[in-house]
Amino acid sequence: METILKCSGLTKRYSGSLPVLRELNLSLQGGKIAGLLGPNGSGKTTLIKLAAGLLTPDGGAIEIDGQAPGIETKAKVSYLPERDTLPGWMRAGENVAYYADFFEDFDRAKAGEMLRELGIDPAMRLRTMSKGTREKVQLILAMSRKARLYLLDEPIGGVDPAARDYILTTIIQNYSEEAAVVISTHLIADVEKVLDEAIFLSGGQVALQMGVDELREERGMGVDAVFREVFRC
Amino acid sequence: MVEWQIDNDRPVYTQLVEQMERAVASGVFGPGQRLPGVREMAAEAGVNPNTMQRALQALEQTGLVHAKRTSGRFVTEDRELILTLRKRQAESLTGRWVRDMRALGCDGEEIDRYYRQVREAEDGNDLKV
Repeated sequence: METILKCSGLTKRYSGSLPVLRELNLSLQGGKIAGLLGPNGSGKTTLIKLAAGLLTPDGGAIEIDGQAPGIETKAKVSYLPERDTLPGWMRAGENVAYYADFFEDFDRAKAGEMLRELGIDPAMRLRTMSKGTREKVQLILAMSRKARLYLLDEPIGGVDPAARDYILTTIIQNYSEEAAVVISTHLIADVEKVLDEAIFLSGGQVALQMGVDELREERGMGVDAVFREVFRC
Repeated sequence: MVEWQIDNDRPVYTQLVEQMERAVASGVFGPGQRLPGVREMAAEAGVNPNTMQRALQALEQTGLVHAKRTSGRFVTEDRELILTLRKRQAESLTGRWVRDMRALGCDGEEIDRYYRQVREAEDGNDLKV
């Protein structure tokens, strides 16, 4: 299987602070769904933003399909930000059209189907929606692309448990050998069944990258329990 | 439909194998029946498709399911094999129950008595339904 995401010696610091990522090495293959896990401030969002091309590294390299983040990688990386980025005056249906204009790999029919299945009216404006519903719209937009790499930053944090299941099922059904999915989340117990790998970030480095079943086998407990043990406060 | 029940402590793969074995032994998936696709089964169980794939491959190794090149995976038609599996599961379930009863301090006679009493009550419930 091909390597889709590769970081070598990746370093990022924000001005005047200690580095958030310190010579981080990571490699993720196609066909894998990985959980990016770590305590607050461990660098999860920074790593995702670097892969999405929103930040530039201060040291080392990050590559998607062998390319440094840029215009070409943005065409094949689907990024779901952790916070609202869509303009509030837009209607859900207008957002779908907007994404379809921007991204060649966007599947309008699929987006329409997901809106229907989640009971979201395409005529509704984003600012009149609840926070959870807005998050669902953002996720629908991200998952309706046929990308090589999906970067989902806290995709299920704000939605109800039933929608969580729907979202996870959507991710599983979207699975393809050619694509990799990175899910950053604190809700480990909810997602660990759908993960191939758990990636633990700690102090700006990868503390552990391991198959979920291998981890369960070795430790006799789930990823959530291991996380609580490793990062006990 | 298999009622998937995946807990968060043991490898998902092991649990899928066990629950598929249970589904075949109990006839949820009958002899010779075609299984849904890997992705569909993974979505139904809420698990990673690669893990479901691994579990199905393990079941192929034991001969419980087999793949036909173009048409998918099928449950074995070997009824002997299914019966053997069912027997093993029944013994294992009973064994677990007997050990629990012993741990509670029950002797053989008590175990027999409770077994009969509870089974009759359960049968009565089933009749009412």
